[in-house]
Amino acid sequence: MSVDGGTPLVEVDSLKKYFPIRKGLLSREVARVHAVDDVTFSVREGETLGLVGESGCGKSTLGRTIVRLLDPTSGDVKFRGRSIAKLGRRGLRPLRREMQIVFQDPYASLNPRKRVGSIIAAPLQIHGVGDRDERKKQVRALLATVGLSPEHYNRFPHEFSGGQRQRIGVARALALRPKLIVADEPVSALDVSIQSQMLNLLDDLQEEFQLTYIFIAHDLGVVRHVSDRIAVMYLGKLVELSPAEELYERPIMPYTEALLSAVPIPDPDLSDQRERIVLQGDVPSPINPPSGCRFHPRCRYMTDICVQVEPPLVDYGNGHLAACHHPLNVDKETLDRARVSERHTPAAADEHAKPEDPSGASQPVPTPDIQRSSVVRRIVDYSKRPEEQT
Amino acid sequence: MPQPLLEVKDLRVSFRTEDGVVKAVDGVSFTLSPREVLGIVGESGSGKSVTMMSVLRLINDPNMLVSGEVLYKGRDLMKLGKGQMQEVRGDEIAMIFQDPMTSLNPVYRIGDQICEGILTHQDIDKPAARKRAVELLQQVGIPHAGSRVDDFPHQFSGGMRQRAMIAMALANNPDVLIADEPTTALDVTIQAQIIELIDKLKDDFDSAVVLITHDLGVVADIADRIAVMYAGRVVEFGAKRDLFYDPQHPYTWGLLGSIPRLDRPKASRLYSIEGTPPSLISPPQGCKFRPRCPHAFEKCMEEPELVSRVDKRDHLDRCWLDPATKRVTRYNTIEGGRAA
Amino acid sequence: MAVFIVRRSIGLIAVLFAITVLTFLIFFATPGVDPTRALAGRNPTPETVAAIKHQFGLDRSLPVQYLLMMKRLFISRDLVSYGNQALKVVPAITSAAPVTFSLVLGAAVIWVVFAILTGVLAVILKGTIFDPLLMILALIGISMPVFWLGEVANLVTQDRLHNTFLFHWVPPLGYTPLTSNPWQWFLHLVIPWITLSVLYIGFYARVLRANLLDVENEDYVRTARAKGLSERRVLLKHMLRTSLITFVSLFGLDFGVLVGGGALLTEVVFGLPGVGKLTYDSLVKLDLPVIMATVIYGAFFITIANALVDIVYARLDPRIRPA
Repeated sequence: MSVDGGTPLVEVDSLKKYFPIRKGLLSREVARVHAVDDVTFSVREGETLGLVGESGCGKSTLGRTIVRLLDPTSGDVKFRGRSIAKLGRRGLRPLRREMQIVFQDPYASLNPRKRVGSIIAAPLQIHGVGDRDERKKQVRALLATVGLSPEHYNRFPHEFSGGQRQRIGVARALALRPKLIVADEPVSALDVSIQSQMLNLLDDLQEEFQLTYIFIAHDLGVVRHVSDRIAVMYLGKLVELSPAEELYERPIMPYTEALLSAVPIPDPDLSDQRERIVLQGDVPSPINPPSGCRFHPRCRYMTDICVQVEPPLVDYGNGHLAACHHPLNVDKETLDRARVSERHTPAAADEHAKPEDPSGASQPVPTPDIQRSSVVRRIVDYSKRPEEQT
Repeated sequence: MPQPLLEVKDLRVSFRTEDGVVKAVDGVSFTLSPREVLGIVGESGSGKSVTMMSVLRLINDPNMLVSGEVLYKGRDLMKLGKGQMQEVRGDEIAMIFQDPMTSLNPVYRIGDQICEGILTHQDIDKPAARKRAVELLQQVGIPHAGSRVDDFPHQFSGGMRQRAMIAMALANNPDVLIADEPTTALDVTIQAQIIELIDKLKDDFDSAVVLITHDLGVVADIADRIAVMYAGRVVEFGAKRDLFYDPQHPYTWGLLGSIPRLDRPKASRLYSIEGTPPSLISPPQGCKFRPRCPHAFEKCMEEPELVSRVDKRDHLDRCWLDPATKRVTRYNTIEGGRAA
Repeated sequence: MAVFIVRRSIGLIAVLFAITVLTFLIFFATPGVDPTRALAGRNPTPETVAAIKHQFGLDRSLPVQYLLMMKRLFISRDLVSYGNQALKVVPAITSAAPVTFSLVLGAAVIWVVFAILTGVLAVILKGTIFDPLLMILALIGISMPVFWLGEVANLVTQDRLHNTFLFHWVPPLGYTPLTSNPWQWFLHLVIPWITLSVLYIGFYARVLRANLLDVENEDYVRTARAKGLSERRVLLKHMLRTSLITFVSLFGLDFGVLVGGGALLTEVVFGLPGVGKLTYDSLVKLDLPVIMATVIYGAFFITIANALVDIVYARLDPRIRPA
């Protein structure tokens, strides 16, 4: 699936999206929600980039800003090398054909008064694709592609289950044969058995239409399953970016470690064995994010430097970047090689705050056992287990 | 086996609708022992919430039909008068709900809402109830409980609201705490906090817990026994380890296989249960899971009963497949089809 | 709070300006309107007409006329009616306002009490025959026009049954100020109060019932039941309180409209010399100064009522209180 070294389809450069909070007589701006705060990364053609984080971390805002459903406060988004952050409505129009979004709530995102056929045909119509009959033919084909029956053409959304509605949403997104699909929590509202059907469908479609996905989700199990690379966000910041498997085996940022350890494992023994890091407290407000490293109030490795200096994104090799003063699961060798990633340096970060800071304040916490914090990997042999017990 | 605290016998709940009678709960039976954690797992529409709401008789719908027995300490709750039922609710059996954002009344202070429950069931005065409310908030881990007690719900985060709900439910030392998807609306890290809290408090308060969830991962941690529900019925019921390591029903296998798992190498393709849950108005003939079951055979057109395994009396399931076949066929499903 | 008051005051001034200009323009755009004729009496000489035009400033341009009128209304407060030059507009309003206020306040008390009783009762009796029965009664109340109901009430209490024990206490139509004789004030207003409130009882009872039934499905009501609270407590403490939020905002608006002169028909039917009656008379005579004054008075009360609703709203719903 992954196309290593492929050309970037999307480049996000120091992207910021703030929402003003207005108050008082003249609606003065009294504060800002730092929804997306200086995020830089790129997405290669044909890959799936997973975007994870808790509610309020800005992942959905980021997704919507990339496809320009929201206007960025500053920074740039490039699509196929062309800056789209400042394009107007007219300029965006051809791009809308190439970038589509699938929303989380299959119940709220389809117009209940429109027939399924016209919902899916709407993008074709807007972009003037084909005539009526041609569009109708295409919609029927699309319905079949997403696993619905073409006879569903004349039904209304309420006649479908949640999973089927999500398929309609996907069909609508596919109508214009886009290159990029931003899937914003596409399976969160679905039951487990339906969720896996949906994930498999997205997988098939990617192959068939050579799609690039930005897959936003809070479920790390789902994200791992679909993604080639994963970006972890916390309070508007990109805190870790890594190839998918590596992130799960070797999380560098303590927040990622805690997230992974909080995922329930449907296996009682493994669940008992593993070390659980239960983060204390809630995610702080994105209006007044904590100083330095935004994760420091909840971090168990927190030291003074974390309060004072915002850690830069550091490249630990193999495309694994993380922003942390006390990186986990990193051996000395890697640490020596590690460089503050030029393209990913947050503007505010201090060059001296690299982990190899001579002051020693930011020496990594010793990690005697690299496997310590990673999720225990073991395969249970179901055919043998019960006999062992008896 | 100890005397059950709660025993549900052949509970049936249906709703008359314009399209026909919806059989939401269709003959559910189970027992709950003191201090036990029972997990009820199922997808939406499986009847798991309706079952537990009916135990507390919380559904107030003129189109509802209920039958069956709910024995709590030997008394049939279904036969109690309204007043007697109110004495049971919140005092002996308490319940918390899925969405902490909407489950607290937005116009009253958190403390007042906790006190209200205490004053209803205990013979103490208001200052004492308030003191108790602060203690409870401390116990569920609300920082600065003494001042936060006067906050309104909207001043609490989602996780804190769920903690407040738990404090409210435990206010009268109930013997049974029913938790209906208590973590579904919360973030993973907060979810872990809440599960840990319930696990700790059930010991502090000597309560049995019924944990309703759609997530097998959640019950893997704290449940003692698990019931899997499908289309209004219990399809498998057994001790946690039996259910996870020796599951008997193809639906349970499917559930286990459909979850993208962190503890296994990445599957190239997820196992998925084909089709959609059946209509509860005109369910399929025989086994309700038959149309989606890859192992269905002729016999499945007859209705299977919930029966004990020959070698394990307390592990029940509703499936015609013989144990040997199950052992051979389930591996692929549970392993998410990875081996295939 | 200060910000709130300032913002509302600015809003009020803007509303008053817009509405007076609009009234002014509509008045002069209406065909057949010529205040000079009303002012000059029958068969005036051209000289009289010119003199009157000059006296009232009617020979000036419209903007100047508008400003003159506003000046006489707000600053010198000596604007007089076109029809009856003895009628000073400002005192006319200030003497009519207490009548309207008495009428509306009494009716409001009756309608709030009975609407809540009916609405709550309908919810308690849901599933029995009484719920639809109450709602049909409410619908009948809404459907009866107030002028018709008023006339019927008058016919019954003043004429047909006046000499029976039932209604012999009903005084003749008219008004007695509260300050001169409270008992007579009360007797004069009882029938108008009931007449005016019938419509609102019906409407508010239906709104409240619908709201209560909505709230019944809220999660926190289920939580309240799960706590073991009695049905009465669940209904009164948890359901009614939140349902009243809509109720109060509707009430504020209706109350503002009625105090501002909207009880016009009731006042006319019962011969009560209130603002509504004043408006009615001035409209019949197309008497711009009085129309202008009543419009300003009405807009003022509606805006005030809106502000009050917002304050009460914030009291009822802590989520919108400033932190």
